[in-house]
Amino acid sequence: MAYQITDGCVNCWACEPLCPSQAIQAAKPHFIIDPSQCSECAGDFAEPQCASICPVEGAILDAGGKPVNPPGSLTGIPTERRAAAQAEIRAR
Amino acid sequence: MVQAVTTLETGRRTTESASTGGCASSGCGSSTDKLAHLPAAIRAKVNDHPCFSEDAHHHYARMHVAVAPACNIQCHYCNRKYDCSNESRPGVVSELLTPEQAVQKTLAVAAAIPQMSVLGIAGPGDPLANPERTLATFRALSEKAPDIKLCVSTNGLALPALVDAICEHNIDHVTITINCVDPEIGAKIYPWIFWNNRRIKGVKAARILIEQQQKGLEMLTERGVLVKVNSVLIPGVNDEHLKEVSRVVKAKGAFLHNVMPLIAEPEHGTFYGLMGQRGPTHDELQALQDACSGDMAMMRHCRQCRADAVGMLGEDRGAEFSIEKIEQMDIDYTAAMQRRAAVHAEIEAKRQAQRQAQYEKREQAMQPQRGEVFVGLDSLTRRRPKALSNAQPGVSESSAAATVTPAPTRRAGRALRIAVASSGSGVINQHFGHAHEFLVYEVDDQAVRFVGTRRVAAYCSGDETCGDGESALAGTLRALDGCTVVLCSKIGIEPWDVLEAAGITPNGEHAMEPIEDAVAAVYAELAAAGHLAEFETQTALSA
Repeated sequence: MAYQITDGCVNCWACEPLCPSQAIQAAKPHFIIDPSQCSECAGDFAEPQCASICPVEGAILDAGGKPVNPPGSLTGIPTERRAAAQAEIRAR
Repeated sequence: MVQAVTTLETGRRTTESASTGGCASSGCGSSTDKLAHLPAAIRAKVNDHPCFSEDAHHHYARMHVAVAPACNIQCHYCNRKYDCSNESRPGVVSELLTPEQAVQKTLAVAAAIPQMSVLGIAGPGDPLANPERTLATFRALSEKAPDIKLCVSTNGLALPALVDAICEHNIDHVTITINCVDPEIGAKIYPWIFWNNRRIKGVKAARILIEQQQKGLEMLTERGVLVKVNSVLIPGVNDEHLKEVSRVVKAKGAFLHNVMPLIAEPEHGTFYGLMGQRGPTHDELQALQDACSGDMAMMRHCRQCRADAVGMLGEDRGAEFSIEKIEQMDIDYTAAMQRRAAVHAEIEAKRQAQRQAQYEKREQAMQPQRGEVFVGLDSLTRRRPKALSNAQPGVSESSAAATVTPAPTRRAGRALRIAVASSGSGVINQHFGHAHEFLVYEVDDQAVRFVGTRRVAAYCSGDETCGDGESALAGTLRALDGCTVVLCSKIGIEPWDVLEAAGITPNGEHAMEPIEDAVAAVYAELAAAGHLAEFETQTALSA
């Protein structure tokens, strides 16, 4: 069982030093979690550290492949609003 | 990330007037008095710091190195996707550096730009959320370039835990971004923080952040570290509240308060940008700065620069110093440091001569005009208050005074706003069409005071998803809103006509003159010609 980093990752390094298992590595195009090392922080922290500091919604998936921080959960930006703004910008 | 700027700062990307009682006019003595209580050693610390001293920013350069990508909080004006090479705003960088690369880059820049006096770390995240990378950079630089001042900018969350490390590394300028002292307001600015291994949201998060910021501020000032406070003015969220912030941080010993306008566009992908939160108008920003200035020395020359900015405050030469280019450079570090010392000495000699000339001119002017109500140009006070206007100008006194330009408590004559194109050295020396920004001064029959800068390039001028497509000149006109005259070294016929049609008078007759002398001279010329009333009408109409 392991967490996973998606291509939403902005390579900000915030998670890397927090991992109690040293499972996170800098890589290209984005950071990765070594699934053989990841313990989901069991026994070390009440909450998975990488997902608790990651600033990007959707960038970290749990063992079931679900985003730990789904859209809107961190920024408070409603998904419809984001989609509408992106459409407006593209239309310009 | 960081919204710092000038400093440095943290937080990434991104209204009532003066007279709070007492005497705050630059003509009446309070401006220098506010800093006069500071020891000479502290005044000397800001003498060549372009971000802590408005006068110094005409002469000295700074740079930021982007070694700190991680952040421990989220601000609604920040989007953590930091890698944009086209935008000029806090928290944005082109390439992230390792501490080793940052040291190499700093030494290369300090060799190529000998006016450089300050190295700051301001992101693109929070420098103190990346303590190893940040401190390793400072440690190496304090050995290899001991003449360069070290600065850090932070959101303050990790500050109390790192105050001792900051002091050990000879970092004697710190900027804390403090947007509020009320957790209810904080909850509207900060959606979450990472604290004690948990993500915390809402009012609780804001309360912890505010506590840590205030504690860090107190600890630093107790240890004699110079602290600047940056605040982002967010209309409808913290605008009125910033007056209280200013009072509180001043009481705790902050040296300077820098109220910056919110930068929020949908393209930035920030909460405020996407939710349609507007930034303040020029007038709203100035009014709030004026309102705060009764309590606090205000900084008005901040350019809200990138976390990898290089050069004088108004410019960014970062592209000349990419890691790839630096690796090709062959630098003699010892010779570079000697050259810096020589160039800094020249700058100081020039500043001293400028002050001496102003002093003598004023002395001369005092005699025949004493007792008159109005107004030869030489009788206008610049920034030096009367209490000290007869004293010999001294370096530290003057530089300190320069950072503090409180608002007048009353409108003495008809105040005009005059925009100036300058590429540095404190003189009018830039072609109108080459200016990326204008310095704005307010002048009446009592004083000339610097009130802010207007950027004329769009914040983002990159690919098709960035710019707004508006012509450069139209953007410039909008930026110069409220100004009645533009002083520059030269100007083309086409922009001349456009400016005149918009009610702004271009003026190239004061090229190479010291800015404040020229502003005072233009005011006196307009007054003598009886033109002030018409400008006042125009200003009122455009307001």
